[in-house]
Amino acid sequence: MKRNVPLLLAIIAGFVMIVAFFIPYTVSWGEDVSIWFDILASIAFILGGGNLLKVHLKKVSDQAKGWGYSIITIISFLAMLIIGLGKLGVNPNPQFPGHGHWAGQYNEIGSPFYWLFESVFKPLQATIFAMLAFYVASAAFRAFRAKNMEAILLLATAFFILLGRTAAGVFLTDFIPEESGYSGLRLENITVFIMDVFNTAGHRAIMIGVALGTASVSLKILLGVDRSYLGSGEG
Amino acid sequence: MALLITLGATAAFLVVLIFAVKARTEFFKNLDRRWIFLLMLVAVAVPVYVIGKTKETFPEKALPKAQAVFDVIEELSEGDKVLLAFDFDPGSEGELGPMATTFVYHCATKKLKMYFIALWPIGRQMIDDNIAKIIEPDFPQMVYGEDYMNLGFKAGNEGVINVIVTDIKQLYTTDAYGTDIAAIPMMEGIDSIQKMDLIINVSAGYPGTKEWVQYAVTPFPHDIRMVAGCTGVQAPLLYPYMPQQLPGLLAAIKGASEYESLVINKYGGDDISGKYLEAQRRMGPQLVAHVLMVLLIIAGNVIFFTERKREARS
Repeated sequence: MKRNVPLLLAIIAGFVMIVAFFIPYTVSWGEDVSIWFDILASIAFILGGGNLLKVHLKKVSDQAKGWGYSIITIISFLAMLIIGLGKLGVNPNPQFPGHGHWAGQYNEIGSPFYWLFESVFKPLQATIFAMLAFYVASAAFRAFRAKNMEAILLLATAFFILLGRTAAGVFLTDFIPEESGYSGLRLENITVFIMDVFNTAGHRAIMIGVALGTASVSLKILLGVDRSYLGSGEG
Repeated sequence: MALLITLGATAAFLVVLIFAVKARTEFFKNLDRRWIFLLMLVAVAVPVYVIGKTKETFPEKALPKAQAVFDVIEELSEGDKVLLAFDFDPGSEGELGPMATTFVYHCATKKLKMYFIALWPIGRQMIDDNIAKIIEPDFPQMVYGEDYMNLGFKAGNEGVINVIVTDIKQLYTTDAYGTDIAAIPMMEGIDSIQKMDLIINVSAGYPGTKEWVQYAVTPFPHDIRMVAGCTGVQAPLLYPYMPQQLPGLLAAIKGASEYESLVINKYGGDDISGKYLEAQRRMGPQLVAHVLMVLLIIAGNVIFFTERKREARS
């Protein structure tokens, strides 16, 4: 029962989605299944929140390595959750009189949630991504070596793309007239050529391979041959 | 002449760099990575400061993909419906924020009807930011519900696209602010996103452009047109969809800068606000950072070959 019901649900949902794609009469069936998926995805947010709390509370209780960060995570999570769900500091919505601040927008400009988002979350997330530039520069210096032919090709491509994606690309080969037969040698045009031809051909091949693999795995799941997604059944 | 000077200076600089690295191989080999971090900081900070002070930007030349995005939007007429899907967050705002701003500016200038939507939870804030930054101050004549509206975020990733591509009201009964969509004038006659004249997607990953192409454009190739802007790492993965499923694509800040220059050259005028030049301004730090990366790679390889030569001798 524990394994058969989810298996049956997966098989029905999968086949309905396939049928809905090819037979116009059944399009609404596919929509219904998609809406179930959307509802499940919304519930996943609650599960995700619960799981985050469970993991970090355990880390704090065990005083595992880095448990101080877990305390910050829990406090930040709860603060955003309470301020957002509780709509703290939100003005009433004139469209829905009688509902007080509950009808207002949780993220209206000037609200505590808006302030936390704009002044804490946004700069923190942007900073984390900006740090990538530093690590990429360090890695380029230490690891990007012309050790063999493949590495040399990769290096040459990197040079063309790095320079071709800036004003330097245009400036360095500006002496080649746009209208001449050699305009393909302009750095920005070499970049376009590499991306359009080599990159696209490579990615199309990978995508076709992945699609064939996905179709094969999907069929296995739909026919009940592959049941690994159901877990081991333990615990 | 300028070319000779440039080439000569570049060659001389490279020779100096190679000799310096060869002479101090041990020093460079064991170089503390904090020096590289410092170099990168300077490489980014100096152009940010200089461009901030002078307001000057590098000249931009639009390449075919950005030109295609511009042309597709230019083909639309006043009152045409555009779905703007903002699937990004503050982490990718540096790359995608300027192109989102230019998309909104371009659509507002052409008086297109804008329907905002987000498949990323934080996308909703990105939409609100652009409405507050572009539409409310610079296009005060635009009325919410008649000229633009915000459908907000819905969980479900491609599942959401799969539904709204045939029936939008199954998932969206209200807009992002709780108003019944039946009461919103610009939703009249919109039963699915097939009624949109164009989809514009700004994408930072999953779900994003790939999912919009697979679940919206591919099943309805004659009814749905789409252009997109994406991060640099995503762009190579999206090239295979061009040009049939995706006629135009803005790849990272470079694509944004090309598109921005096209839009601002046509509609901006001389006293355009700095917020509409962000992509072109960000190309300055990108140029210096890329040149630094190239020099670091050259320096790293000089060390590598010097070491190899030394090992072969011994």
